[in-house]
Amino acid sequence: MAGSGTGAPVGVLALQGDFREHIRVLASLGADAVPVRRAEDVRAISGLVIPGGESSVMDKLSRAFGVAEPLQEAIADGMPVYGTCAGLIMLSDRIVDGIAGQQSLGGLDIAVRRNAFGPQTESFEVDLDVPKLGEVPMHAVFIRAPVVDEVGEKASAMSTLDDGRVVAVEQGNLLGTSFHPEITNDYRFHEYFLERVRRVGYSS
Amino acid sequence: MSTSPTSGEFGSSRVKRGLAEMLKGGVIMDVVTAEQARIAEDAGAVAVMALERVPADIRSQGGVARMSDPDLIDQIIATVSIPVMAKARIGHFVEAQVLQTLGVDYVDESEVLSPADYVNHIDKWKFTVPFVCGATNLGEALRRINEGAAMIRSKGEAGTGDVSEATKHIRKIKSEIAALSAMSKDELYVAAKELQAPYDLVAEVAERGALPVVLFTAGGVATPADAAMMMQLGADGVFVGSGIFKSGNPAARAAAVVKATTFYDDPSVIAEVSRGLGEAMVGINVADVPAPHRLAERGW
Repeated sequence: MAGSGTGAPVGVLALQGDFREHIRVLASLGADAVPVRRAEDVRAISGLVIPGGESSVMDKLSRAFGVAEPLQEAIADGMPVYGTCAGLIMLSDRIVDGIAGQQSLGGLDIAVRRNAFGPQTESFEVDLDVPKLGEVPMHAVFIRAPVVDEVGEKASAMSTLDDGRVVAVEQGNLLGTSFHPEITNDYRFHEYFLERVRRVGYSS
Repeated sequence: MSTSPTSGEFGSSRVKRGLAEMLKGGVIMDVVTAEQARIAEDAGAVAVMALERVPADIRSQGGVARMSDPDLIDQIIATVSIPVMAKARIGHFVEAQVLQTLGVDYVDESEVLSPADYVNHIDKWKFTVPFVCGATNLGEALRRINEGAAMIRSKGEAGTGDVSEATKHIRKIKSEIAALSAMSKDELYVAAKELQAPYDLVAEVAERGALPVVLFTAGGVATPADAAMMMQLGADGVFVGSGIFKSGNPAARAAAVVKATTFYDDPSVIAEVSRGLGEAMVGINVADVPAPHRLAERGW
């Protein structure tokens, strides 16, 4: 339990995508990480990571299996959530270029554009400044990644590309990145999220 | 349209393999028209595979099967926002160049098409677009990874609706990985020789207990239960070829396969989604397919 102190488990939405990588990262940081696929799983967690994957698939499955509604309630109730890539899309209040009928859980006062860079040949790795997480740049991997088109009044940008496009945001207990720290070795976003989880001590 | 920052690094292994990581737990569906691509996306496909004829038709109509018409690929890319994959013939590096130029998200160097080279596969390191390749065993998977494949799918026997070969291949790959993991270090040299695979990759698999890339399964998956069985056998996700659009109700079957892939370990969900799907593809037993017509034997 060294370094844990999280109390209740931290969930990772496990409907589709790279949820195993997030579970591994959270566990390496001392958290008790558990997969979340159903409504009853939501009751047991003190925070949630929404992984990379295909946002349109996560949206459909989360609604079909009744996990979307309790997650929306938990988000409104202050549960800390961190979304990467598709997870950022799931947390955004407004989706640009969604598939027909695509919805999100919402919570972040932002508009996110899906697949903002074009086809896979435009996916890339780059070093990013994330001032809030220290001076050392973060090596970030963008895979058919979304960007934040609009940062609303309640949300704030944490990092931008050289051209000014926003790729990391936070708002209260919610955190989102266009890129995938879980497939690198730099877990500062996960640490930042877990600190929040410990501080908030959320339970439903 | 290229709107990425000019300073970034493109086409790295991490970026190529990374896209496959994001497809895990999902279903990739064969489509031959933009309309089918739309149905697949609406049903929850994580990506679509564009091709001219599904394997069942390639099998029944015969002839040389090649890369799709670029118009068809353009239409499919314009219609859906999920990733679009397309097939190139084994060894046909120019078809792969064309597919990369068209902006597909993954190239499948596929035994379902007629091979263009019976000696060499494509040198996949030369491309920015990532490749998925088929394999029937661990040695074949590692040879493809050595050539630059960023994702592997077990081959199965495409276009049959008979899942037995898919089962055989995923079991084979998984058991060979388990055997490597149990070996002492000095046994790995001979293992590499026997697998006909590079020692470094063999040692990496032994250490990790897994391939260094994502492993999907393919070839004969026709029902939600088939997909769930592949997942229980350790696949990271599922390709469904003829099984969807050769069935009675493609939209319903596609959505059911997606749900069964996520809840692969919950028989009550699989039972529920399997109800009332209409006819599955008719299928042919692999045992009835004469050996020269078996697609899985293409590639080496």
